[in-house]
This record gives sequence, C-alpha cells and structure tokens, in this order.
Amino acid sequence: MSENYRNNFLKEVEERVEEGHWVKMCMQCGVCAGSCPLGAHWAHPPQELFMMIRAGKREEVLTSDSMWMCTSCYNCVVRCPRKLPITHIMHGLANLAYRLGLSPKNQTTQKFASMFWNNLAQTGRVNELKLSLGMYFKDGFGQGIKNAMAMQSVGLGMVKAKRLNPMELFGGHGIKDKSGFHAMLKKAREIEDRRKNFA
Amino acid sequence: MADMKVAAYICQGCGLGERLDTAALASVAKKEGKAALIKEHEFLCNADGIKMIRDDIANEAVTHVMIGACSRRAKTEAFGFTDVCVSRANLREGVIWSQPETEEARETTQEMAEDYIRMGCAEVKKMTLPEGDPAAVTERTLLVVGGGVSGMTAALEASKAGYKVVLVEKSGALGGWAAKLHKRTPGKSPYKDPQNTPVAEMAAAIEADANIKVYLNASTSKTSGAPGRFEIEISTESGSTTIEKVGAIVQATGFELYDANKLPELGYGKSANVVDQAGLEALAKAANGSPIKRPSDGGEVKTVVFVQCAGQRDDSGKHLPYCSGSCCLTSVKQAMYFKEANPDIDTVVIYTDLRMPGNGEDFYRSGQEKGVIFTKGKVSGVEAAGNQCKVSFQDLILNDQVAIDNADLVVLATGQVPNSGVDIDTKLKAEIAAAAGDNSLMEAYTASQQEGAVQPISMLNLTYRQGPDVPQLKYGFTDSHFICFPYETRRTGIYSAGPVRRPMDMVQAMEDATGAAMKAIQAIENAGLGRAAHPRSGDLSFPKVRLEGCTQCKRCTVECPFGAIDEDEKRFPLFNQARCRRCGTCMGACPVRVISFENYSIDTVGSQLKAVDVPDEFSEKPRILILACENDAYPALDMAAMNRNVYSAFVRVIPVRCLGSVNTIWINDALSSGYDGVMMMGCKHGDDYQCHFVKGSELANIRMSKIGDTLKNMSLEEERVSTFEVAITDIERVPQLINDYAALIQKIGMSPMKGF
Amino acid sequence: MAKKTYSFYPGCSSQTKASSDNYLKSTNSMCKYLDIELKEIPDWNCCGASIGYAEGGELPRIALSARNMALSEQHNPGMDLVATCAACWLSTREAKERIAHSSQTLSEANTALAEAGLSYKGNQAARHMAEVLVEDFGFDELKRGVKKPLQGIKFAGYVGCQTNRPFGLAGESFENPKYLDNLVEAMGGEAVPYDQKVTCCGGALAFSEPEKSQKQIKDIIESAYDHGAEMIVTPCPLCQANVEIYQGEVNKRFGTKFNIPVTYYSQLITVAYGGTAAEAALDGQLIRATRLEDIAKK
Ligand code: SF4
Ligand code: SF4
Ligand code: SF4
Ligand code: SF4
Ligand code: SF4
Ligand code: SF4
Repeated sequence: MSENYRNNFLKEVEERVEEGHWVKMCMQCGVCAGSCPLGAHWAHPPQELFMMIRAGKREEVLTSDSMWMCTSCYNCVVRCPRKLPITHIMHGLANLAYRLGLSPKNQTTQKFASMFWNNLAQTGRVNELKLSLGMYFKDGFGQGIKNAMAMQSVGLGMVKAKRLNPMELFGGHGIKDKSGFHAMLKKAREIEDRRKNFA
Repeated sequence: MADMKVAAYICQGCGLGERLDTAALASVAKKEGKAALIKEHEFLCNADGIKMIRDDIANEAVTHVMIGACSRRAKTEAFGFTDVCVSRANLREGVIWSQPETEEARETTQEMAEDYIRMGCAEVKKMTLPEGDPAAVTERTLLVVGGGVSGMTAALEASKAGYKVVLVEKSGALGGWAAKLHKRTPGKSPYKDPQNTPVAEMAAAIEADANIKVYLNASTSKTSGAPGRFEIEISTESGSTTIEKVGAIVQATGFELYDANKLPELGYGKSANVVDQAGLEALAKAANGSPIKRPSDGGEVKTVVFVQCAGQRDDSGKHLPYCSGSCCLTSVKQAMYFKEANPDIDTVVIYTDLRMPGNGEDFYRSGQEKGVIFTKGKVSGVEAAGNQCKVSFQDLILNDQVAIDNADLVVLATGQVPNSGVDIDTKLKAEIAAAAGDNSLMEAYTASQQEGAVQPISMLNLTYRQGPDVPQLKYGFTDSHFICFPYETRRTGIYSAGPVRRPMDMVQAMEDATGAAMKAIQAIENAGLGRAAHPRSGDLSFPKVRLEGCTQCKRCTVECPFGAIDEDEKRFPLFNQARCRRCGTCMGACPVRVISFENYSIDTVGSQLKAVDVPDEFSEKPRILILACENDAYPALDMAAMNRNVYSAFVRVIPVRCLGSVNTIWINDALSSGYDGVMMMGCKHGDDYQCHFVKGSELANIRMSKIGDTLKNMSLEEERVSTFEVAITDIERVPQLINDYAALIQKIGMSPMKGF
Repeated sequence: MAKKTYSFYPGCSSQTKASSDNYLKSTNSMCKYLDIELKEIPDWNCCGASIGYAEGGELPRIALSARNMALSEQHNPGMDLVATCAACWLSTREAKERIAHSSQTLSEANTALAEAGLSYKGNQAARHMAEVLVEDFGFDELKRGVKKPLQGIKFAGYVGCQTNRPFGLAGESFENPKYLDNLVEAMGGEAVPYDQKVTCCGGALAFSEPEKSQKQIKDIIESAYDHGAEMIVTPCPLCQANVEIYQGEVNKRFGTKFNIPVTYYSQLITVAYGGTAAEAALDGQLIRATRLEDIAKK
C-alpha cells in the first residue's frame, strides 16, 4: 500500500521540525521559491519541499541538500502571503535530517554548522580562528593546508587590521560560568529530545 | 398645447463670452433658428439666469427652450425644466474646450458654435413634451419563481420592504439545492467551520409571513402583461390553476449539477465509491455526524480524494468550459465533514487552481489547519479496484505522474448548470438574419425543431412574441449587463438572481437575491409612474407608432432587445410601454419611419443634421457627422474636452440614445446633404458587450454593414460611413479617432454630393 | 541632553581582536559623542547565530538567548537590551518572541536556565543599535551633532538581511528600507540609490559555500559601483566582513577589480562628529576608507 499523499510524514514533521506545524498552511504560491539568494542551487525550493512533505516523500526530503542552501536571509518569511516561518522550517528540516543521520555526506554547511555549535558550546563564545581553521581542515590535513594557504592573504590582512587574533588558538575568549552554561545546554537538549522523540 | 414659442439663451460664462462672438450666435438663432426670443447671459446657470428663463416661460408663454451653453450632461438640474421642451447646444465641451485657443482657430471655432445653435434650434422645434402614460398602473406584489435560498431571500426581503410576494416552487418543499446539504459553507465570521443551512429558519419565516403566499408543486404556466400589470397563471401538479397579478418578477430558478454520468473516465457510474458533490451531501446527511461509510460495502473510510473541476473549465469542448466558482468551497467543507468525524482520515483535494470567493480564503486556511491536504494536480483518471479506487494524476508542483491507489471515496466537483429554460436566442438570431434577407439560420432552426429532440422546459412561459423565457448570454446563464445592471434581464420588470444568472455560492446568491428584489420593487414603482427604468430612468416618453404607415415588416418586434413589442390580432406591432427601455432601437429599425418618441425622433435628429451649414466643395472645410451614443461615447467626448484634448473643427456631434436607434435615413440624408463622412460611435458589442441596451450597438452594426449598397449607388467611398466602438474611458482615444478619420477624409477628398 | 543608558550585548564578532573589532571601537566612540552609556551584560554568551541549528536544534538555541536576557535583567535592570550585531539582535528578539508566544517554551527555557541558576522574566526590550539611533534620537537630533559633514562622499547604504528581516525597523519597508540612507544624509554624505540594498551577502554560507556566496557579494559591489558609490556602509558585521574580506577572492573569481571600502554607520557618525581616525577605528579596514580618513584628519 502506498503512503503517498497521506499525512504520515507531515505528522512527523509537525512533531519533530521547528515550526513544522506550518507546513500544511503553505498555499503553493511559489513566492518563496523565487526569493532565495542561492535559489539556483536548490534542488527543491521551499515551496517544493513543503509539497513533498505533504506528498509523503520522506526519504527524498531528508536526504536533500536543499535546506542546507538556506542563508537565513529571511527574504521568504517577509514575503510569504501565508506568513510561514520558512527560514526556521528550513533549519528544522536540516536539524531533523542531521539528527537522523540522513543529511548528505560531506555537506559543507552541515559541517560548518556543527563546528560552529561545538565551538560555542565549549566556551560559551565563538573562537573565530579555531572555527576558520577547523573549516579549512575539515577535509583532512593536506586539503586543509591548501585551503588555508589559499585564504592566507585574507587571514594575514585580518591579523594586520587587528581583527583576527593568532593568540586565540591558545585560549582566547570565553565565558566565566562554563559549568552553569554547559548544564543549561544539556538540560535544554534533554527536554527537546524528549519532546521530539530523539532518543 | 399652446402655440409653439421658441426662446434661445446663449451663455457667456465659462469663457464662452471670450472665445465666441455671442452676438453673432444670437443673430443665427434669430435669423436661421427662428427663435422668437433671444437672450444672452453672462452666467446662465446662476440663480439670475435660471430666473430669467423661468420668467420667460411664465410671462412670455415660451414653450421651447434652446440653451446654448455647456453640454447637456452638465447643469442638468438647473436646466431641468419639465414644463417646456429643452434642447442644448454644446458650446462649451463641444466647441471651446475641444478647439485650440488660438487666433487661427477662431473662425472655425465660431463656425462650429453657430452650427450647434442652428442644430439646437432645429431640434427643439421638432420636440413635444412627453405626456407620460395616463394608463400607467401598478400592482405592489412581487412574483418569485423558485423557492431555494435565492428565492426565499428575495421573498423575505421584498416583504420586509412592505411588498406582497407570490412564491412559486416546483417541488413539494422550500429549500432547493440548500435543502440537500448536510451543512453549508460559512456565511459569516469566523469562516472556519461548516454551518447549518438557513433553510429551516427561512422556510419558517416565510410561513409566518402574511405578505408571502407560497405555491408548492407549482409552476408559472403563463406569464403575460408588463411591469406593473403582469398576469401569472400558476399551475399545480394536482391540476389546479390560479391567476395572480403582480408588478414585477424575480426569477431564482437555480441550477442543476452537471451530469456526472458524462464523466466515466473519472470513475462515475463504475464504482459506488465515486460520487458527485450532491452524492456526498446525501451520504453526510444520512450519516448525520457519525463517520461516513464506504458506499460499496459500508467499510470504514480512511482516504478521501476530491477531484476539483470535474467536467469543468474544460477546453476540449466536451464539458463545461467555465468555472462554477463555488465547488472549491464545497470540497473544503466536505473534507471537513471527514476531519470532524475523525482527524486521522486522509483527505486530499486535487486542484489546478483554487477559487475561494469572498471570505472563502479564511475557510481554505481553516481547512489546511484541520489537516486537509491540498495538492496542485490534474487528475487523468479514476479506476475502481474492489472497494477502493485508484486516482491517477499529474502533480503539477513536483512534476510527477503519480497515483493514490487506495481511495475509499472519490468526490467529483462537478459544476452548476443554470435552470434558465428555453434559449430563445437561436430563434431571434435566425429572425434577424431572415429580416435582413438571409434565411439559412431560420431553416436550420426549423429543422432542429422538427427532430423531436427533448425541448427544455420553460421557466416563465412568457406570452411575449419574442419567446417564453428571458434571453440567455453564454452557457445558458441569463443575459444581464454584468457591469452596470447585473440583475436586469432583457425583459423589463423581470430580474434574475442566484446561480441562474451566473455560477455562485450561497453567500453571493443571497446578496444577489436581495439586490434583485430591490430592483424589482423599483420596477413596480416606475411602472406606476409610467417612467422608464435605467439607463433612461425617469424618461416619460415612449415609442409611438403611426400604424397607418406600418407595413407590418416586424423589424421592430424582432429587434427590440427587451421584448417590449407584441403583435395585435391584425398583426400590427403592439407596444407595451412599461416593458420599454426607450432605447429607440425600434425607431432605428423601422424602414418606413413611423416610430418616434415625443422628444426623440427621426425628425429631431434629421432636422439637426440638415441645419448644419455645409460649405461648398472648394472651401477645404469638410463636414463630418458624428452620431455618438449618449451613454459612453458622448460622455467620453465631453471628458476629452474637459482635459482639453483637441479634435478636428470639422465635426458636428449629435448624441443618440443608442446606436440601435440610428435609422439609415439619417445616414442617407447626411450623405446627400454633402457631409463628407459619418462616424458612428457606440459601445462594444458581442458576448462581452458594454452596450447599455444590450443589443443596440450590435444591431446597428448589422444594419450598417448593409449601407455599402447605398454608398455604391451614390458612388461614394465606403469609408465615408464608419462605425467605432468607444468606451466611456476612451478620453484620449476618442479625439485621436476623430483626427485620424478627419485625415482620412482629407485624403479621400471632399464629397461630390455638396450643393444639391 | 540627558544621558541614555542601555544594557549592551556586543556579541562574539565584536570582541577585542575579533572580526568586527572596528565595529565595537567605533560604536564606543559614537556613544561617547552621543552621551550614551553602554553597560555590557556580564558574562554574556554567543547567540548561536543562524548557523547553530544543525547541531543545536531549537530549545538549546533559545536557551542561549534566554541566558543573555536573564543576565541583562538581573544586572542591568530597567534598561533596554541593545545589540550591534544583526545576528545577535535577531536571535535575541526571536527567542524573546517565541517565549512570549508559548508558555510551554517559557517554562522549558526556565527549566534549562535554572541549571545555571538563572531565570527569565521578559521585562526588557531587545533592540538593535540602529533602532536606538533612529527612534530614541531621530535624524534631526543626530544631525545636530555633526561637526565635519561627510560632504561629497557617495555611499551605498547596504542594509542586508538580518537588520532588515524579519523584524526590521518599525515603519520601514523590507524591500527598500530608508533609514540607512537617511542616516548617511544626516551626516552630510550622499546616499546613492542602487538595487542590491537588501540582497543577501551569503551570510554564514560565505564560509561553507564560497563560490555561491561570492556571486552574491559580486552583485552587491557591482551594483554599488555602477550607481556611483565610493564606499559601502552597513549596520551588520557579517555583511561588512563578507563584502570587504572577500573582494580579493571575488576579483580572482570574476576578473573584477573591486576595491571599495566597507564601513559601519558608527564609523561615519564618529568621523562626522569630529572623532579621530583612531576613534573611528579606520585602521581596522582591510580596504582603507581614505576619504573618511581625510575628513578625520582635517
Ligand atoms: S511563499 Fe509561503 S505560501 Fe507561498 S509557496 Fe512559499 S511557503 Fe508556500
Ligand atoms: S531564509 Fe533561507 S529559505 Fe528563506 S529566502 Fe533566505 S535562503 Fe531562502
Ligand atoms: S456651466 Fe454652463 S450654463 Fe453655467 S456658466 Fe458655464 S456654460 Fe454657462
Ligand atoms: S470552483 Fe474550483 S472546482 Fe469549481 S470549477 Fe472553479 S476551480 Fe474548479
Ligand atoms: S424603444 Fe427600445 S425597448 Fe422600447 S420598444 Fe423600442 S426597441 Fe423596444
Ligand atoms: S418596423 Fe415599422 S413598419 Fe415594421 S412593423 Fe414595426 S412599425 Fe411597422
């Protein structure tokens, strides 16, 4: 028995995706599809993702790299005649795909997003140098040296303009109440996982 | 009536005094216009000017007044004398505002003004004061045909306004289509859930209303008379007949659903689980709140698919080409029946476009909130397989050919087919063609009558010569001027309301019925006063025919767009003035010119065009006659002038009630008096007509297509007579049309007919 | 004028020797001239920006902002919370609204905050510095402090995304907000009209999807150039960084020869108010804003 155009996946999205209960309200006007800055690189623009969810195409949606193309520009949100929080739904879908291990392998934005989070979760603040070096070395050491060399002029310029601190590698910014901070994030994650059924 | 005494008044206000030699105009009025009294005034429409005219009427026994000032469309109240005949020479919009304010233009501008004075004087002398209809009567009772929500609304509204109502319903109970519904789409805020239909409430109100008399199981077997004095024969199924006298009629005969049997490709008739919207309402009614069961085996319904536009918006020519505008709302409502019983039931609406009129958008949103899935797609087929159906469709967003193969129930959104009775137009068109010498349509029509095909049942059984029902426009919906007079049919005093007029939902039908009831009441009152309905509301004149001259050619009876003319026993035309809209189409049609109005006739126009001073062939001053429809073209000319859009000084404009009233004699007269060209400006005709008299401009076009022979006989170029479609908004275009035409005439050269 | 005091949330990029160090410095100078006191929220944390979602999910992200707001409420009571970074402001305000709309989110956020010994009440507004300037001062008032009008300099006011959407400044249109242009004009400069005023610079994806984002950056700069701008001015640190830092890369990729300074409104105001180049942190530009430096020297 086919499951297409039934509510199963839509229901899952409503439960597990940030602002997912809005998906059913899309009226398929296509305004969002025409609003993404990286529009040409979306295999399925938001409008289509919403229809796919309603059509029950779980696998296709969650393995897609479309929602990883979202720059969080909020252009769609202010234009959508139905006022869907599209940006958050994109984030939510990306999060669900990531949590289920379905997001495409080597999705750079996904990697960067994780790195960013881990970076901030450690110290409470983002360490820009570690973050950027991490990004360059994400594909392994050799490629990392190449990436870093390619962007060397940028990095040096930033150091010269006192906008990148090489000393950050050994500490740098961070908050004081790290233990409270960590406990807070742990709790929040726990509540969220329970609510969204992530074991 | 006392002896005619013409007074001419020439205004010097609004710049007329500066731009024109008004003394010269006065002398034209005296010498050529033969006015007995001539006065110039510096500001004719002020209290002093009006008093001057009033005094002359009272003290000098003036019977005819010619006002040389602004357009007849300006200062209508100030110059609205009802006890004398009034004509207006349009010196302001027609001359100084449409001519350049230059020294070189002075001469031609003055010539134009003088011509308009001549024309105004000539016209007014041919006018008499309308006497009105001394026999005008009215019956303050309304007939409502059809006891559905539209009909009941019309009845209740008319009763509230203090009028008696006779309500005729063909079935055994009031309620119509609405009575078949489990619930209705919401008619008031918050537009979220289906509501109970108003049927029971309205039927009770009607029962309790002493003003409303209801005939059930009944039909109007005969309708004769005219507004104010209709006589209705009502026959009931039991065989009894009654006569009711009414002043006006509201036809609210509703619609039938398009026959789903014509949609076997969508599974109808192949599985009991494929139903139309009426079928689903019946299931819902039977279930009455408990879950709707699968018709084939009483099994549980888990998936319902709604197929929108079934047999509608069809471009193959097989089904309805139009959108019924209400079935999308109905599908949302019906999907909610399922969601209300059990939110886990999957309800999928497959649409190509959703039409959600009025507050339907809120209702659509509510459907989405309740979890109804909407998917943009085109259904290619529905196949039955056991107790389920497979619905195949093209998903238009995902561009995918897909199927839902386990639908327990499929609902086809078929559309509304109006119950408008007999299409009288086929015959009418055949008759018009026959009158013009082409019998082919008539033969085809007669042949179709003989085939023994099932004839539609008439709704009104009018005894009118033109046929038993009101004319239809497209797809069987009753004809009405959808922009200006939406409820007005082409039978004065008969108003159509609800889905018989155009497809609509219940909210719109109720609004429609209220509007139609109000218009019907207006018609009742107008009939009592012997006055015309719009667009010439208040006009007391009506066509008078000199039967001695009539050749019984029947053109007037056939061409009258409003079915106002019957035939008497001797086969002479019999005018029913209360049905007449005063368009003058009959006057335009009559080959022997025996039809006229007191204030508008072959002579009032003919004498004007002859009064114009036509310069000789060598003057290089051509004359172009413009016959402009007073509803659109003439106002457009006035407005163009207000914007100071300049046009040729060689034109002379005469407003006409409708191009339909243009008699070819005027064209002949113009050409033989040496005019170099004739422009006729009227409203758009055709299926999306703008003509205020519906058929007038169309008929004029047919007539003018025959003018070619006349031109040939006179050895004139065919461009010398041209017809133009002009809308009231054409204020830029109209001067351009004139100037282009003037240039064309210049090119063809002056008419050789001058000076004969 | 009376001194105005705000609870200040500088954000990660505006820390000393972080990528928008010059934003922080010039903001401090600008505030000095406007007699604004900024009381930094003690021990504030990162807002999560708009890229933390993949790993962070929903509630942890809200908790980040809730912690900042709770600290602000506790230590800087009675003040409005003000951020200079677009992403910081957006995350904070978004979290605030989410919590306000759902009692469940409120209690969940507070449960998490309790772990750090904090609680959130929601009694402070979350505002952007641009709002403070436009709403609490107004253009006429701002104009009054100008000592060295930025005469003759043509600016492309680049508003970008997150200071503009989804919240933006009250009364501004999303498609063509005017406040930045008005601010430029108030400082005596000329705001050129151009059509990429609210185009996305690629945001965080400038890092993860460089080719795709650099096309965005190219379009923005090209349009500014084509409409005669000599300098870009922006209220957003990410916009500033992306549009300035990647010009070299863009030139390589597209064969362009862009070299247009990208500044902050706070730098403009500081210079117009008579501040030095150091106060305006003009030394922090990768592409030197020489025309501003000249005025500052005068
Ligand atoms: S703009 Fe909104 S309603 Fe339109 S397709 Fe996108 S999400 Fe749907
Ligand atoms: S916020 Fe994301 S989904 Fe929305 S327009 Fe921007 S890139 Fe597209
Ligand atoms: S409005 Fe007409 S009547 Fe009155 S002053 Fe002007 S032209 Fe004369
Ligand atoms: S109302 Fe909807 S279902 Fe009905 S014809 Fe129109 S579009 Fe089709
Ligand atoms: S004036 Fe018009 S409506 Fe009246 S009888 Fe003649 S054609 Fe018919
Ligand atoms: S058109 Fe004239 S001639 Fe013909 S029937 Fe009518 S009145 Fe008689």
